[in-house]
Amino acid sequence: MAETNSTFDATDDRDSTSDGSTATRSELYKEWIDVAVLAPLRIAWNDWRTKAGSLIVLFYVLMGTVGLYLVPAPSQGQGPRLAGPFESMSYPLGTTQLGTSLLSELVYSTPPVLKMILAGAVFSTIMATIVGTISGYKGGAVDTVLTTFTDIAMTIPGLPLIILLIAVFEPESPYLIGIFLTINAWAGLARSIRSQVLSIRDHSYVEVSRIMGASTPKIIVDDVLPNIMPYVLINFVNSARGVIFGAVALFYLGLLSGFSSNWGITLNEAYTNAAIYSLDAVHWLLFPMIAIVGLSFGLVLFAQGTEKLFNPRIRARHADTVDDTAHYEE
Amino acid sequence: MYIIKRLGQAFVTFIAVITVTFGLIRAIPGGPADHIRAQVMRNRGADGVSMAEINSLTEAYTNYDPSTPVYVQYFDYVTNILQGDLGQSMSFAGKSVSELIIKAAPWTIFLLTMAILLTFAIGIVLGAVMAYREGSRFDTGSTVFAMFLNSVPYYVAAIFLVYLLSIQLSIFPQSGNYAIGIEPGLTPIFISDVFYHATLPIASLVLTGFGGVAITMRGNSIQEIGEDYIRVAHLRGVPGRRIAVRYVGRNALLPMYTNLMISVGFMFGGSVILEEIFAYPGLGSYLLQAIHARDYPLMMGIFLVITAAVLLCILIADLTYGMIDPRVSEGEGKEAY
Repeated sequence: MAETNSTFDATDDRDSTSDGSTATRSELYKEWIDVAVLAPLRIAWNDWRTKAGSLIVLFYVLMGTVGLYLVPAPSQGQGPRLAGPFESMSYPLGTTQLGTSLLSELVYSTPPVLKMILAGAVFSTIMATIVGTISGYKGGAVDTVLTTFTDIAMTIPGLPLIILLIAVFEPESPYLIGIFLTINAWAGLARSIRSQVLSIRDHSYVEVSRIMGASTPKIIVDDVLPNIMPYVLINFVNSARGVIFGAVALFYLGLLSGFSSNWGITLNEAYTNAAIYSLDAVHWLLFPMIAIVGLSFGLVLFAQGTEKLFNPRIRARHADTVDDTAHYEE
Repeated sequence: MYIIKRLGQAFVTFIAVITVTFGLIRAIPGGPADHIRAQVMRNRGADGVSMAEINSLTEAYTNYDPSTPVYVQYFDYVTNILQGDLGQSMSFAGKSVSELIIKAAPWTIFLLTMAILLTFAIGIVLGAVMAYREGSRFDTGSTVFAMFLNSVPYYVAAIFLVYLLSIQLSIFPQSGNYAIGIEPGLTPIFISDVFYHATLPIASLVLTGFGGVAITMRGNSIQEIGEDYIRVAHLRGVPGRRIAVRYVGRNALLPMYTNLMISVGFMFGGSVILEEIFAYPGLGSYLLQAIHARDYPLMMGIFLVITAAVLLCILIADLTYGMIDPRVSEGEGKEAY
């Protein structure tokens, strides 16, 4: 093995990596983080959608961290009942029927939601990456088993299953709820990662690694993962959006307990406490809606803005046909 | 051969889901037997209830006899469900789960079919026009608008629509499936009233759904427009309308065919919240009632039916896709490393 390496040393610099020494590996990782993560993000930053999206998400992160120190915790009687928005600095967004400041409620709902998003997105992304790469790279029986498993997870209707699981197990930790919410969300991503890996596995440099006798985990980590990393990152954002939709829905339905405030709870309280019948209380209904839609719009913008990164070829090919198609109209 | 393989896969999936529900029923803290015992005791007092009686009641409700070994319980459960016996509802006294489902399912199916057809019709047309005018102000504006609508959860849209159109403006009814006092039947009055009551639930799904479809359709079309064969067709002098419909349209639509069937699953899930907001008596609203009443047999029964429906849709999509697009092959065996 060492001998075969040495014959290639002069011509093929990939050999240094298959020696597996730690220094070169960390260098390699620094390199692929730069190529696969930083460079695409730098390009994506030029797109206004990514810029706006990241700023919106950053705003929510600040709201869920720094905001807790700036805004008092929600309690009854912080102001008069059903005060309108922008009337007083102590309750800038107005109050609910019990005199709770809406701003406090909205701000204090953010940390659990962010924790759920983080846990859910991390879980589904890691699960999808592991299942997708192994299934796509190994092929054969391993692939058949994993694909069947993925298909099963993909077919089970997500929300009813999540509702059942939450009703039966009654989880209270936001991290655990996040994982429950993505219990089968990873399947779709695993499928698309698999199909990407199917084309990567036949690239010449992967073949070189294979011939050199590198182990499967090593090939997956060194050669396959860097290629799909940007794609995985974007889907991390997409699954985060799924977690918001699911979490707020479950709060709205009153199926999650153990949390004092959540946008879904506020929305449900506003809806059931007849806020919808009077114009005086419309802010109670609208502000939680804005909070929910804002965060998910931020995530959608971010994901959309980075999407074009994955298909530069299509853009390039289209770029020189766009003038032609202009006259084709009849 | 492909069909047999696909049918087998669907069957395996269904059995797996049945197994999951069986596991869940047994994982319920305290077990359903305890719930049933508590119910019987509340109704008849603590005495006069034998263990055997509790066991046979549990079997009637949940399809397995807790006094037998686990594998026998599992076998009973699976065979009963495959025979269409989903047990008895605990909260709707004297009704079987299948009876309740047969009553509720048509409403959900009606709502979802309308919503899906409209979502895709609007999304596809808008997406095609956006792709055709790529880069124009119309395209940019619609893209942002579509992205915004796509990030509104359908239940937020539903609450907003109820607030605006049924409470403030009193244009549409707030809840229910048809007005009280109307005789159900195939009369024009009844049918129009059903559509009238279904408008807001359908609108909230369509409004929040078509944006995503439009963006996908736009992307697919732009990709097709860039293909070489389109350029060749132009050079050959094929009429523009024919290129748009037969070449670009057809090829951009194909990948979305499976999307359509998969979105059935998504919408079935969504019907839980939607039917709750509109008090619409479909599967989702029964599921939620069952959960609040801890009616485990009904919960599991509805979950199984929803899964079966989704499985069926995806199966139909897979089997018919090959007929629509002859290029689809079964995916030849790749070399294993």
